[in-house]
Amino acid sequence: MRSFLYSGLIALAVSFVSCTKNSSEPANTNELAGLTLVKTIRNTTHSIDLYSATGKVQTGYNEIFLQLKTADGKLVSDAELSWMPVMKMMGMSHSCPFGAVQKKEPFKQTYSGFIIFQMAGNDMEYWELSIQYAVNGTAYSMTDRIAVTDPSRRTVQSFLGADNKRYVLAMVEPVVPKTALNDISARLYTMSSMMQFDPVDSYTIQLDPRMPGMGNHGSPNNVHLTQSADKIYRGKLSLTMTGYWKINLRLLDATGSVVKGEPVTGDNTSSSLFFELEF
Amino acid sequence: MKTFLFTSLLLVVFLRGIAQSVPKDSVTVKELQEVIVLSRLTDKNTNNKLLSTLDTYLSCHEQVDLVKRGAYAWEPLLNGMATERSVITIDGMRIYGACTDKMDPVTSYVETTNLSKAVLHSGQSGSANGATIAGSIDLVRKKAGFGEPAFSGSLFNGMEFNNRQRIIGTDWQWTRQHFFADLDFTYRKAGNYTDGDHKEVAYSQFSKFNLSTIIGYKLNAQQHLELSLIVDRAKDVGYPALPMDVSAANALIGSVSYLWRPAQGSIKEWETKLYFNRITHVMDDSKRPDLPVRMDMPGWSTTSGWYTAFKGAKSRHAWKSTVSMHHNRSLAEMTMFSNEPGQKDMYMLTWPDIHTIYAGFFAEDAYAIAKKWKLTASVGAGVQQQLLKNETGIKTMQIFYPDMPATKNRVLKNAGVSLRFQPSDWQFSLGLSYAERAPSVSEGYGFYLFNSFDRYDYIGNPGLRKERSVELNSSVTYRIPAFELKWQQQFFRIRDYIIGMPQPAFIPMTIGASGIKVYQQLGWASLYNSTFTTTYQLLPSLQVSGKAVYRKGLGKGGLNLPLIQPFSYGATCTYRWKKIQSAVNLEGALKQSRFSPAFGETAAPSYTILNLSGGYTLAVKKIPVILRAGVENLLNRTYTSFADWNRIPRMGRNIYVNWIISL
Repeated sequence: MRSFLYSGLIALAVSFVSCTKNSSEPANTNELAGLTLVKTIRNTTHSIDLYSATGKVQTGYNEIFLQLKTADGKLVSDAELSWMPVMKMMGMSHSCPFGAVQKKEPFKQTYSGFIIFQMAGNDMEYWELSIQYAVNGTAYSMTDRIAVTDPSRRTVQSFLGADNKRYVLAMVEPVVPKTALNDISARLYTMSSMMQFDPVDSYTIQLDPRMPGMGNHGSPNNVHLTQSADKIYRGKLSLTMTGYWKINLRLLDATGSVVKGEPVTGDNTSSSLFFELEF
Repeated sequence: MKTFLFTSLLLVVFLRGIAQSVPKDSVTVKELQEVIVLSRLTDKNTNNKLLSTLDTYLSCHEQVDLVKRGAYAWEPLLNGMATERSVITIDGMRIYGACTDKMDPVTSYVETTNLSKAVLHSGQSGSANGATIAGSIDLVRKKAGFGEPAFSGSLFNGMEFNNRQRIIGTDWQWTRQHFFADLDFTYRKAGNYTDGDHKEVAYSQFSKFNLSTIIGYKLNAQQHLELSLIVDRAKDVGYPALPMDVSAANALIGSVSYLWRPAQGSIKEWETKLYFNRITHVMDDSKRPDLPVRMDMPGWSTTSGWYTAFKGAKSRHAWKSTVSMHHNRSLAEMTMFSNEPGQKDMYMLTWPDIHTIYAGFFAEDAYAIAKKWKLTASVGAGVQQQLLKNETGIKTMQIFYPDMPATKNRVLKNAGVSLRFQPSDWQFSLGLSYAERAPSVSEGYGFYLFNSFDRYDYIGNPGLRKERSVELNSSVTYRIPAFELKWQQQFFRIRDYIIGMPQPAFIPMTIGASGIKVYQQLGWASLYNSTFTTTYQLLPSLQVSGKAVYRKGLGKGGLNLPLIQPFSYGATCTYRWKKIQSAVNLEGALKQSRFSPAFGETAAPSYTILNLSGGYTLAVKKIPVILRAGVENLLNRTYTSFADWNRIPRMGRNIYVNWIISL
């Protein structure tokens, strides 16, 4: 009984200590834990700090975090934000798939959203991010270039399907692949116009992960990606060992017709639609 | 089969003739065990090749076959069954090999100089130290023992010319009233051997050293303590039948035991032992040319345990019992080195950190019903838990078994009864037993383990049920001083027989592999063994002996079981006179008619080989020197047997010389 009382007291003390610790720490630094600054965009009244996990923005799916500050450095936590990435090419411009900018729980001062860049930029052809926001009913905007680089491994595909529609398919997870049955998720968009990309519903993404370095070794118990209520496609990706994996894909529409991709067979070692992973 | 029946009939007729002509002699009741005597390196040891490996000693016994993947570390098959189904111990200590490809059986970590004998128990009667179906082999350490102060030792040296094997070592014993110590050291180094066609078998070299000590201290007249340690290190071991070699195989085997031999009462001996062993096995392919991918496959196995064993007798009962417990941790990994510049190396766990915990008991009572009748009954049970603690290990196995729990418990039971009738020179025995075993580490948790015989990658199956065996055995022995004949038969009916079955849906990992096999359970499998041994002392100095072995293994659906010995025979004629001994030995087998193509087997052809040996003990300045020399495979036959992995050819003509200087 006494030991029970003791442990109760200790538990109480621990929870008390941890509570104080949480409230005393500045929220903004806590919210940025694990994130690295990508760039700061400014206009005359405000600045916006863009963060990502790696400090880079790359082709593929990017989770980007934003903090809006006044000119004197105070965080603005009650603004309405939206954004628009545009690729400025030599003869034309186009956008890419992206999600809304939101303040997600448990964040209090940091906004976030995703952008799927389907190509990298360079000096001549570059991505420009414009952010519209409203603070206390007043609308503002700011625009700047952001550098989008190519990662060594491909996690996004932009392609023309057999149905003559343009699609963008990007892998969201796994961020940290493991020798395991991993959760895999992806977002699929179709290009409705140069500036508009809409989520595609009810398709199936078949996967066949292979290791070209091991005689095209494949793995068991993969589960094809199907769409969840939040529009994200989810499935299971089995990786039997570390190293370089090519995740061969086939995209099937709602009727089961192949939109893009070929099956891996003895003669055909890979699909034209694929993601890459290395860990 | 027909040949076999005919031979046995002939032998029986032969035997009857002898039986009437030789006077009767009292014969003591023999234990339900077989003993292979290894003994000391003295001139009393009549083995013709004193410095041969333990494998060679074991292979002489009709119940043991040895699977050869090279010239070293042969895997013992007991009663036609591989090491998953048997329990091999060193002085009762459980040791788990650290190699996923069975390249390091327990027997590879000891030397004959460490041991006095190997005790074989067939079937369920071998369950004292763990659950077994095939039986057990306990390798018994040799001990100088307490006694009048004495000090003796020997230096030994050997040469084998076929593979340029050099053997050198020493062996010492101290005896005191309250203290004894044994210390021995053996070093072997061999090059590649050549087959009967004078072709060199590449990657068949090996080298190893073994250091062993055992120390006894007497507490009082009835109690003493023993401390034992074996350090065994093999280096640069080639496996010509496999795609990989071993750069190092290290074992550290230690124990402390307490023995009590009460002067009176029904308990005759009580031994309690605490033990620990650690095996490190490093497999790699760095010496092989032109490989699609290079890989390293190290493995580690650590076992600790204890047992307490009683032996007792009271009136008509003689009993023994053992309570034991052990814990093993097996871990093996594989790193494949990427050929693509800039790509990361590939890594996986092939034994994903498996913990095996076993606790069990075994008790046996021999009851003398009447003067010539004896009934032996035994019963045992154990609880075995297999447990994965490592998160990566669990996730690895869950690739194949998404709902796999981290632990699996099994209760393993066994019971047996045997009746012996011993009228005068004859002895008849009939036994019936039941035993269960749990899947081995590889059968339960192996991950892409390549079998180079059938060329499949094997995947373990953690949910396997127990394998259950019913065994019926009989033996007939006729023994008079000048003659002995023994016919043993065993029939095993195994339910839920564990065997790898192809799964075409899965893609293999090893480049060039035919596919994937997952360990599954066959409804039943049957194994029949019949062995004949006979010895006849023609003259006081001349002895002839013979043996014949027949086995048949069949599984549900007409499947032939793998690694089943075809009809094999052997005959030895030994001549001993004063300090001279010599022997002619013939060994052979018929062509394998039943083999398992599913396991990658082809019919092993028939063969007969002839061996010659001789020995002489001389004294150089009053120091006895034992000389033994011989020729193995005298006719330089090119041959391979059912037990040669991938049908690699066996050694051609081999001349050897051993000499031992007793000090």
